[in-house]
Amino acid sequence: MADIVLDKVSKSFPDGTVAVQDVDLEIADGEFVILVGPSGCGKSTTLNMIAGLEDISSGELRIAGQRVNDKAPRDRDIAMVFQSYALYPNMTVRENMAFPLRLAKLDKETIDRKVDEAAKVLELTSLLDRKPANLSGGQRQRVAMGRAIVRQPKAFLMDEPLSNLDAKLRVQMRTVVSRLQKQLGTTTVYVTHDQTEAMTLGDRVVIMRGGAVQQVGPPQELYDHPKNLFVAGFIGSPSMNFLHAAVQDGELHTALGKVPIGDRVRRELESADAPRELILGIRPEHFEDAELVDDDTRRRGMEFEAPVDIVESMGSDKYVYFTVEGEKASAAELEELAADAGAADFAGAGGNLVTRLSAESPVAEGQTRRVWFNLEKIHLFDPANGRNLTLHEGRAAGALAD
Amino acid sequence: MAVETTTRAKLRWGLLDVLVVVFALVPVLWIASLSFKTPATLTDGNFIPREWTLDNYRTIFDTDQFVRALVNSIGIALIATLIAVVLGAMAAYAISRLDFPGKKLLVGVSLLIAMFPQVSLVSPLFEIERQLKIFDTWLGLILPYITFALPLAIYTLSAFFKQIPWDLEKAAKMDGATQGQAFRRVIAPLAAPGLFTTAILVFIFCWNDFLFAISLTSTERSRTVPAALSFFTGASQFEDPTGAICAAAVVITVPIILFVLFFQRRIVSGLTSGAVKG
Repeated sequence: MADIVLDKVSKSFPDGTVAVQDVDLEIADGEFVILVGPSGCGKSTTLNMIAGLEDISSGELRIAGQRVNDKAPRDRDIAMVFQSYALYPNMTVRENMAFPLRLAKLDKETIDRKVDEAAKVLELTSLLDRKPANLSGGQRQRVAMGRAIVRQPKAFLMDEPLSNLDAKLRVQMRTVVSRLQKQLGTTTVYVTHDQTEAMTLGDRVVIMRGGAVQQVGPPQELYDHPKNLFVAGFIGSPSMNFLHAAVQDGELHTALGKVPIGDRVRRELESADAPRELILGIRPEHFEDAELVDDDTRRRGMEFEAPVDIVESMGSDKYVYFTVEGEKASAAELEELAADAGAADFAGAGGNLVTRLSAESPVAEGQTRRVWFNLEKIHLFDPANGRNLTLHEGRAAGALAD
Repeated sequence: MAVETTTRAKLRWGLLDVLVVVFALVPVLWIASLSFKTPATLTDGNFIPREWTLDNYRTIFDTDQFVRALVNSIGIALIATLIAVVLGAMAAYAISRLDFPGKKLLVGVSLLIAMFPQVSLVSPLFEIERQLKIFDTWLGLILPYITFALPLAIYTLSAFFKQIPWDLEKAAKMDGATQGQAFRRVIAPLAAPGLFTTAILVFIFCWNDFLFAISLTSTERSRTVPAALSFFTGASQFEDPTGAICAAAVVITVPIILFVLFFQRRIVSGLTSGAVKG
């Protein structure tokens, strides 16, 4: 049980590359914090520095108020679950889980009792005498967790623990991890590249990019009030739509038509160095079939017409892909996100518009459909630095705010 | 694939196998055959002895010379193997895991030793050992054996260590192990097949060496079997020692075979399966 504080922690390698840059993070006792970002963003390096497996180049790391920069992993009293599980193949499950306790020189009785307890929690009791080679992926995963919880450390570190499991098992294990963490109340730092895992598991999520922290906050806050283009594009599935928007005569010219802007954004855009071109971001669920919108709601948004490309019916709602004309939004962040997502499933930067409409909508492929979207939920980003212009005191207020 | 083809393929492979085995074993069998022949039939050119005899074996075990050499051989080879494998394991571990200054140099130098013609070192070694008063002692042979076995050991072992997932070691460290504990309790057990393979190779190298054995010894005190064989005269000076030499050769092959068979059982492949996702 302890809090973990990262104070301007950086990691640079002898060849000059900087993997992690000035990370400031305070993780409260018992908190479940997720580090998330595309590969190479420095999240695993950060975790390894907390673990003590990698040296800290500069800055200070404190666990339970104590500076631990120069302490060996074994003196930090933290446990880690590895992506590869890293079970000792020459030992049985019981021996694997007892290993940290044996190193701590506990007596045999205590070791047996603790291993049995942990095995019970993770439903491993019947597997205790097996070797890791004879276990399934999910079972190995649980043994790895068992080895971590058995000695009741100050904190758990998890390095993409679920990414080697198949999709179904991953969802199942996600709840296991979540429940376990709540039950034990142990401070946990969890690294993942999967934004769904990040959104569902953590008390707070830390989004990293290129070794720097982009935004820290509860999942919902990151979703609703992204600080910049990168966070907006990274969080959410399907991801946010991004459109090119040109500022002209106090309006935004976009592929969806002329979007009016409120006083606050206008003031923001009046300054001399303000960008003339913006990126407009809007999430799929903020669209609706124009037929189904009541008048009261209609006033808060605007409508456009576009040909329907593909309709995916999810049962509860429909994902409808529209083709829209016009310039593509372009920014370094978007390219990075597209590369990370494998371009195909990242529609945000393309000429496609992903919308999430009510299941009642009679929309069909091939027709042209009138669609409404919510202007209050629009985000405007500066393509040069990715900053969210609609964010005011940490809250996103849409394009119309006064 | 048609049945015909597989039968033909089997036949072809079988023939090839037999050819290789015969090629490899004929000299050994010949020696064995000679060792069972009487002095009279020694040169009759028959592969299978007409008259079987165990006299040759009796002769070599009657002479103190051979038994003493056998003891020397076993002792020296075992000690040299043990030390070379332990040192080699530590060096190989460091090379495969750590980044330390001079790593490339160390690897390069050890490769250099392996390539160095040993015969050119015999005279200097002879002089050095005489000065150090270790000429004609066990130590005098063990030291050069370790030197020349180490590159072999380091290379074989570092290849094995590199196969062991690094995560295991990190996990051990997180579980509270020191570097030494991580090595002894997690890495070494997994590297066991590599350790045994290396041990076999090093043992054979030490056991078979003739060059150092003949030049760095002068008496029975430390002469090993290959060297002793060359001094073999049989029971009396006037006897033809061929049969006895052959018998001795057969006898010294036996420990090697036993050694390999014994350790081969330990070389279980797939020892690391289940450690990481696979």
